[in-house]
Amino acid sequence: MLRISRAHWQAMIDHALEEAAKPAEACGLLAGELGDFDVKAVYPCANAAPPEKQDLVYELDSGDYLKADRDAQANGWEIIGVYHSHTHTEALPSPTDIAQAPDPSWHYILVSTRHPAAVVRSFTIVDGQVAEEPLVLERPPAR
Amino acid sequence: MPVEVRLPTVLRQHAAGQSSVRANGSTIGEVFEDLLRQFPLLAGQVITEDGTLHKFVNVYRNDDDVRFLDKLATPVADADVVTILPAVAGG
Repeated sequence: MLRISRAHWQAMIDHALEEAAKPAEACGLLAGELGDFDVKAVYPCANAAPPEKQDLVYELDSGDYLKADRDAQANGWEIIGVYHSHTHTEALPSPTDIAQAPDPSWHYILVSTRHPAAVVRSFTIVDGQVAEEPLVLERPPAR
Repeated sequence: MPVEVRLPTVLRQHAAGQSSVRANGSTIGEVFEDLLRQFPLLAGQVITEDGTLHKFVNVYRNDDDVRFLDKLATPVADADVVTILPAVAGG
């Protein structure tokens, strides 16, 4: 399971809708404590894929990743997952998402903007095996 | 001279669980050769069989992605920090 604050959940949807208008896939990183299931921070990142392909693929900007990683480390967190959006398809990992999943310990959040209301789902991807996990909304912790 | 090499969570299992290690070299490539000598399980994770930088990782010298510098030939000095992160992409 993955637990996320309403504000972080909304931030991912807002980012996805903003990029969908281009249209492009949005992407970003999730931070938390290693081995825990609470998302402590969401870092929207730039999609560095060629502009003409951004509606179908994403490449998380390497500079944005470094900044997010440093901020997470400074707070005692690690990057524990990634979110990205699908503009034309459902909130399910694509074959490319599965093949390129970088870390079996990560959580993979998919946001679909295909329908009028955005759909958000979370998955684990271990050795090519996809499993959906509960995505639980909670009040943001005091920071 | 040794530089600090920071490892992402996915690679730490191949480096005795450490998040940060030290390796010697005057270029990124030399640092990685020393890294692989210390942690042979990292073979194939950072450098391809052809001896080039693996496309599934991002490597940084301090704030800069070495793909935009001189890749494995990028020089490193004593106080530099080399960071390895997964390249994150999908469809």
